[in-house]
Amino acid sequence: MATDTLHHGATPEPHEHHDTTGTKLFGFWVYLMSDLVIFGSLFATYAVLMKGTAAGPTAADIFELPFVLVETFLLLFSSFTFGMGVLAMNAERLGQVKAWLGITFLLGAAFVGMEVYEFQHLIHQGYGPDQSAFLSSFFTLVGTHGLHVTVGLVWILVMLVQLSTKGLTPMTRPRILCLSLFWHFLDIVWICVFSFVYLMGVL
Amino acid sequence: MFGKLTLDAIPYHEPIIMIVAAVMAIGGAALLGALTYYRKWGWLWNEWFTSVDHKKLGIMYFVVALVMLLRGFADAIMMRTQLAMAAGGAAGYLPPEHYDQIFTAHGVIMIFFVAMPMVIGLMNLVVPLQIGARDVAFPFLNNLSFWLFAVSAILVNISLVVGEFAKTGWLAYAPLSGIEFSPGVGVDYWIWALQISGIGTTLTGINFFVTILKMRTKGMTLFRMPIFTWTSLCANILIIASFPILTATIALLTLDRYFGMHFFTNDFGGNMMMYVNLIWAWGHPEVYILILPAFGVFSEVIATFARKRLFGYKTMVWATVAITLLSFIVWLHHFFTMGAGANVNAFFGIMTMIIAIPTGVKVFNWLFTIFRGSLELTSPVLWTLGFIITFTLGGMTGVMLALPAANFVLHNSLFVIAHFHNVIIGGVVFGMMAGLTYWFPKAFGFTLSEKWGKRSFWCWFIGFYVAFMPLYVLSFFGAVRRMQSYANPEWQPWMILAWVGAVIIMMGIACTIIQFWVSIRDRKLNADLTGDPWDGRTLEWSTSSPAPFYNFARLPEVGDIDSFWSQKQRSNEQLDDAPYTDIHMPRNTVAGPVISFFALILGFALVWHIWWLAAVGALGVVVSFIARVFNEDIDYYVPAAEVARIEREHEKRKTSAPSSAASDREQTNYVEARA
Repeated sequence: MATDTLHHGATPEPHEHHDTTGTKLFGFWVYLMSDLVIFGSLFATYAVLMKGTAAGPTAADIFELPFVLVETFLLLFSSFTFGMGVLAMNAERLGQVKAWLGITFLLGAAFVGMEVYEFQHLIHQGYGPDQSAFLSSFFTLVGTHGLHVTVGLVWILVMLVQLSTKGLTPMTRPRILCLSLFWHFLDIVWICVFSFVYLMGVL
Repeated sequence: MFGKLTLDAIPYHEPIIMIVAAVMAIGGAALLGALTYYRKWGWLWNEWFTSVDHKKLGIMYFVVALVMLLRGFADAIMMRTQLAMAAGGAAGYLPPEHYDQIFTAHGVIMIFFVAMPMVIGLMNLVVPLQIGARDVAFPFLNNLSFWLFAVSAILVNISLVVGEFAKTGWLAYAPLSGIEFSPGVGVDYWIWALQISGIGTTLTGINFFVTILKMRTKGMTLFRMPIFTWTSLCANILIIASFPILTATIALLTLDRYFGMHFFTNDFGGNMMMYVNLIWAWGHPEVYILILPAFGVFSEVIATFARKRLFGYKTMVWATVAITLLSFIVWLHHFFTMGAGANVNAFFGIMTMIIAIPTGVKVFNWLFTIFRGSLELTSPVLWTLGFIITFTLGGMTGVMLALPAANFVLHNSLFVIAHFHNVIIGGVVFGMMAGLTYWFPKAFGFTLSEKWGKRSFWCWFIGFYVAFMPLYVLSFFGAVRRMQSYANPEWQPWMILAWVGAVIIMMGIACTIIQFWVSIRDRKLNADLTGDPWDGRTLEWSTSSPAPFYNFARLPEVGDIDSFWSQKQRSNEQLDDAPYTDIHMPRNTVAGPVISFFALILGFALVWHIWWLAAVGALGVVVSFIARVFNEDIDYYVPAAEVARIEREHEKRKTSAPSSAASDREQTNYVEARA
């Protein structure tokens, strides 16, 4: 049958892959935009519920700006190191790509570690997400961002393994570029979290 | 060990559910037995389940949708029977807690597991062919999307026999759907079924958006795309922009239920109206995700069978784009009674009424296409004409509902039920039936029986009016939606009339089943040997039926709207005899079914709070996804000689066919008249 998929006789000879990098990157951009809608929904929910403190703590009571500022610089700096990694990839320097990705991973992990500490600290003080609508929406918005960063960390590990076993190939290159988009995207979202949640909360 | 799951979760004491479960078990066992007996498992797995072929995925979407249509319709006829009985203090045969699950399941199933897969299935089957592509942009994701949807359908059906389904209505308004008022697992089934299938839908949206923008064949500019592709493009934009809102909203409800958070609760600062706003910010675009592709089907059908280029192609496109944009600024009309204030209500009321303008443009475009065309009254055309009449009526009751003042009276009444069935049955169902009949030969290589198709249409058309016009009448007497019984015995005749309508619709569904049976039986007589049974206008008709897995041996070149039609007019053109080249194709994938299987385990475990099993499911999803990204053997080349062989066979079949498509159809009619 002409509709049956070809299972044999197909030649897996070396060739250019048909899914061009351009299509993959464009698709990933579109995915990021849909992810942005998720963050948009969470920001809107936070805006509506931030006054719903139910006699519990307000934003000004619990946020420690210096701590969050350190988090912010960790993430901003990790964006810079990832950018260096992409430049190294364009210069065909595999070792440097891996080194920059490794540094990015450490910075990202430190960010997530600090966030986990902040959450744990708040819960320990009795300000857990089940205490008020404000705290629910705060934990969810910030936690969703943190979850994304964690996914990014796993992705970096996967890419480090693939770079070690496969090197810079038509398969790994677009993935590095997509991961780079993802990482910078999370950085931008964090800028919004920092300004809109932490700065405005303390003002 | 098993969380909240005990043997009590199986509703032994509900005879109706037990009978349904028994029938499902027997049917399932018979199917599995037949597959084993005829040794079809390997074929099913290799040719279908792991396939990344968009045409096969489209067919699988439709198969699941038609099965779920039977389930959703069973719910409908049970509700109508209950209401035909439960008048003037009578209790009927369905207790309230069961009735509440049925109307919830009916809505959820019909929208998420019937209408959506039909629309997405049709996009899968048609869009790559219409734009002259060999597959979608991300074939593996396409397979994954299907399976995420399929396991969600399984999860909904599991809820029938293990536990319960939500009793909250199809959108699970908070705080009713919160843990305080819905402590059972029904809402959790709703949550995980929609969350898993919703992620699949988002992936589909991204996939087809990129496919349409990046993979069009040479010469096909945006304003040469067939209208169905245009409406699909707009529907996918709506999916990308709106389904993430659903994902977020359901996630927030999940956090409320599982972690005691306070997004939508009555106390601790929660805001229940936030839920209603968020869910409709997704929900209103959703109805256009369903109806826009149906508009596209009607446009293709009318142009083909009127033998005329669609009237006002450009206005059709711009009307579609206008509806796409407007659909995002009308959501508040679903809850004018929230009390947002006169100005807010006025804004959303006016925006809603404005949508009637581009829709009106479309209706006139279809009418003017028919005007001075030579319309052939095939069954797809009947569905289209039925749509134009029914949808226009439904649109007008929609404009009535868009008046905030009137809406305060009509809110939550049967008027709303009658209105949205008027547009969904008259629009989406009729559209999908027209599309199914129209593109069936492209999927299977033979046409469907016209006789049974027309019978199905008349049953649905008449059945719809008999079933839903009484609801408009009842709404003026004060009848509300979601009531299990009513005190006023004077309503009963209307309720019985509505029941009769539902029975007529049931006959329509039966006609469709017979239509499949008869058409498969006569598939040799109704074979579409040319690949162009309707004398079509767009690229999908330029390839053989069923289309080869690579779609086009040589990628076509387009110079016009309806370029296949104009190419046929210049029939003595020099044939392209350039040698075939190797064709690059994606390989089948086991990752899609495997990842989705673990997603099903994850969903089920979360419903019942079986945490270790949830961990197994989550780990399975992650590990199988990572395994997939390490797989490099994901594509292959079809040798040119193989392409040449398949194309030669098609040419041979073509020359054995009667000379023109028209005589082909006459033969079909003759066969049917004789049958």
